[in-house]
Amino acid sequence: MKYMLLLTDDPQQGAQPGTHAHDEEMQAWFAYTDALVKAGAMVGGEALHGPETATTVTVRDGGRVVTDGPFIESKEVLGGYYIIDVPDLDTAIDWAARTPNVRTGSVEIRPVMDLGDS
Amino acid sequence: MPRSAAEPGDIAEVFATHWPRLVARLVRDLGDVGLAEDCAAEAFTEASRLWPESGMPDRPAGWLHTVARRRAVDSVRRSARLRQLLPQVLLLTEHQWQDRPAMNPQEVDDHLSLLLGCVHPALSEPARVALTLRIVGGLSTAQIAQAFFVSEATMTRRLTRAKAKIRDAGIPFTRSDRETLQQRLPAVRAVVYSIFTEGHLSTTSPELVRGDLCDEAIWLGELLVQLVPTDPEVAGLLALMLLHDARRAGRVDSSGAPVLLAEQDRSTWDRQMIARALALLEGAHARGRGGPYQYQAAIAALHACSPSFEDTDWRAILALYDVLLSHQPSTVVAVNRAVAVRYVHGPRAGLEILEDLQIAAAGGAVNSAAYHGARAEMLSDLGRWQDSVAAFDAALATASNGSQQRLLRRRRDEVAAPGQ
Repeated sequence: MKYMLLLTDDPQQGAQPGTHAHDEEMQAWFAYTDALVKAGAMVGGEALHGPETATTVTVRDGGRVVTDGPFIESKEVLGGYYIIDVPDLDTAIDWAARTPNVRTGSVEIRPVMDLGDS
Repeated sequence: MPRSAAEPGDIAEVFATHWPRLVARLVRDLGDVGLAEDCAAEAFTEASRLWPESGMPDRPAGWLHTVARRRAVDSVRRSARLRQLLPQVLLLTEHQWQDRPAMNPQEVDDHLSLLLGCVHPALSEPARVALTLRIVGGLSTAQIAQAFFVSEATMTRRLTRAKAKIRDAGIPFTRSDRETLQQRLPAVRAVVYSIFTEGHLSTTSPELVRGDLCDEAIWLGELLVQLVPTDPEVAGLLALMLLHDARRAGRVDSSGAPVLLAEQDRSTWDRQMIARALALLEGAHARGRGGPYQYQAAIAALHACSPSFEDTDWRAILALYDVLLSHQPSTVVAVNRAVAVRYVHGPRAGLEILEDLQIAAAGGAVNSAAYHGARAEMLSDLGRWQDSVAAFDAALATASNGSQQRLLRRRRDEVAAPGQ
């Protein structure tokens, strides 16, 4: 089954780029991604720029409305995601518990809908 | 040779033994809990229609499995969603079932996987209880709804939502490894005990005891002991339930009103059940790993073995409460401990503990029927009648069980009019 791991964190808590702590954090993410690939569980995943770079679009009554900022303002923000392919939820929970951000932020696991078989 | 018609009692016994076995086996075969449960239910419906007339087949388990499997094939054929399962279902062999209560290692694994799946941490607590009663206990949705006094529609929704999450989120019902067992065994015990306590002191029913739920919880406890015989807390849990349930007949009078422990007719207590509980407790104790269920069972055992209320060994009970409180520092335990203190050191000492509890509770005041009721009794011991009546009123305001309310009201009136 495919699952999306939504990685959320408080950006204020994270290490600043250019610092030694930040380098270590990045190494941990690379190692984690490598482990996913080696286990054959990796489908895809990306890291996202911060919510200050977000743009939100809606179309109402035929009119497009574009606003600055994320759809939902919150302290914890979506920082990235993985899509993994594993046998069951317990395996997905095991992988989620190994992400580098789980100690300060949280990981939401969502099963991906299988629309292939109709 | 024509067989004689089967007795309803025999059929009920076969159902009780074979329901979880059949569901467990079908889950393993089909990999789909909802489908397994539906097919098992249809096989049992078929059996209850046919067996009273045709008689029970020689191998009822094999019969049930064959019918359930046929239903699975039909259902899979019908369902596009499950089309990929078809090859698996068709491959199932006519398994030679043995109708004996002992379980082989595979069956033990199957049952454990079911129980551990039902208490998966990704499921809500009410869902865990409902799933355990349905999938392991084989109760119908209507029976579970009735047991917890919610409408059948509500219970159907709860179960449907839980089964949808199991399916869509891929919650496995195939884990029975040591690590999963260690992680989730406490949750299994908690579910079984919550079913028992709802039966033993119903929060939703006007009756004090709901025997059907107690029976179900004890049945689950027996199953758990069979599956995990080395866990002393599992044995402690079953012992605790048996000891409480042994007093069932003495806990209410002929009019259905509850009887205080001090006034119960001890000859009505089920000695066989008590003996079985004591043996379980002894076996658990020999493993040298104590725990809250064993301590509570030991307290219940001291009550059960005491020839009269006056002979109760309150010192030993207090010592056990001290140990229990250090393991499980809850208000409920602290209130019960205060009652033991009342009998060992007198009502003034007991009352002091209750008042300290209220101070320690700070923000969330202690406001349970047990707390106010215990306080009311101690105040009455000290001759503080008015305070006692006020405490009984506070207890009455929080008691959720109608039968318990009757008892509190009786005691309140006795205190309000002393000497009558």
